[in-house]
Amino acid sequence: MAKHKTCGKLIMNNTLYGTDIISIADLQLDQINHILKTAAQLKAKPAPDLLQHKIIANCFFEPSTRTRLSFETAALRLGARVIGFSDAENTSIKKGESLHDSIKIIANYADLIVIRHTHAGAARLAADVANKPVINAGDAANQHPTQALLDLFTIKECQQKIAGLNIALTGDLKYGRTIHSLIQLLALFDIRLFLIAPEALSLSEQFANHLKKKGIKFSFHQSIEDVIHKLDILYMTRIQQERFTPLEYQTFTEHYALNPACLHKAKPNLKILHPLPRVNEIPMSIDNTPHAYYFEQAANGIWVRQALLNLLLNK
Amino acid sequence: MTKTLSVSAIKNGTVIDHIPAAQALKILKLLQIGTHKNCVTLGLNLVSKSLGLKDLIKIENRILTDTEANEVTVFAPKATINIIENFDIVKKITTRFPDSIVGVFTCANPVCITQTEAIKTHFYLEEYGKQIKLTCRYCEEQFDRDHLVALSAAL
Repeated sequence: MAKHKTCGKLIMNNTLYGTDIISIADLQLDQINHILKTAAQLKAKPAPDLLQHKIIANCFFEPSTRTRLSFETAALRLGARVIGFSDAENTSIKKGESLHDSIKIIANYADLIVIRHTHAGAARLAADVANKPVINAGDAANQHPTQALLDLFTIKECQQKIAGLNIALTGDLKYGRTIHSLIQLLALFDIRLFLIAPEALSLSEQFANHLKKKGIKFSFHQSIEDVIHKLDILYMTRIQQERFTPLEYQTFTEHYALNPACLHKAKPNLKILHPLPRVNEIPMSIDNTPHAYYFEQAANGIWVRQALLNLLLNK
Repeated sequence: MTKTLSVSAIKNGTVIDHIPAAQALKILKLLQIGTHKNCVTLGLNLVSKSLGLKDLIKIENRILTDTEANEVTVFAPKATINIIENFDIVKKITTRFPDSIVGVFTCANPVCITQTEAIKTHFYLEEYGKQIKLTCRYCEEQFDRDHLVALSAAL
């Protein structure tokens, strides 16, 4: 295998250099492992000069807190400079400019574009248009690949392995972009999935077919308590209020919230993850239990995004 | 009794037969027939043993490429496509579903970027048993072939 010298260390041939991160479906398993390995290296030994003289454009056409600040922090901590905007209100999009033209121009200013957009497929279009690497930071209900990668990094970090784990996904499994990306990512590994959601938010046929095609064992459940004793990872997501009547929303959120009392049935190694923001799925009383790992998960976003920026911009 | 043809024979060109009823006009659009000057004979709602009712297209002086023939199968999975020379069938094109199809269907996802940007739609095709699914290259949502075919406008 070809080797490149980077930061004084020999690393695998970097097949991610100059590419885009648009969808988990585009990534090969060896590339995913390379991202996880690089993130772990950066977490163990920060590298503040890796992106000196590089400019990252953070183009958030839709508001975001964690993802935008996490990308910005990741870039700054690698020595890059950051330009961009945090919503589309003050951009030429408001004057009627197409996304195509906006991205074409921004690509002239920056070395890499991070994009979040209200329309699904916007990041794919941006990648087609830009002559610089593009990272999808969330496109409507489609994909959120960097969240899924940081989730996987966190799972591996807290369980010391991925293969053989029992993982439950709860909440909005139908419309959540994080779930879509994570399902595709987990399907590359030998894991067992428990899918816990109200019928109206159950996993779509498209993703269920994908799991079948990949030979992943999975089952549908209505209650966290039914399966909590089997789990290594409980991945919770927020149910979006706007999709339901107030009564339905209240019923779902009460039913799919994690009851602290049921944790006494959990395995000692169970870790609870959540992409955040949480509303009332996880009571704050759980924060101080050994099972809570969602704040560490959020912090890991920095390292995984640093890894991606580095791998896309440095040979 | 003398057997008569519902649609007259062509001397040279392509015959697309066994098209499900109501799909012929969509195939004409797919093949951009409206932009050429050749004679086209169209049969709609003809009686068919296998399909009940079928459509038929005969295009004078145009030979479909294999790629075009494969795209036709998205609308007409059981179509037979024959090349005619001097009134005889000289080639039966063996078709297969294309891997992808560009600029033909509209994406049914209302928040797909193809709804707002001036770009051609692009779908990947996959067979799941007897079902054909199309996945949008942009929004990655998957649709039944029948759903997108029903949404597509004729001419």
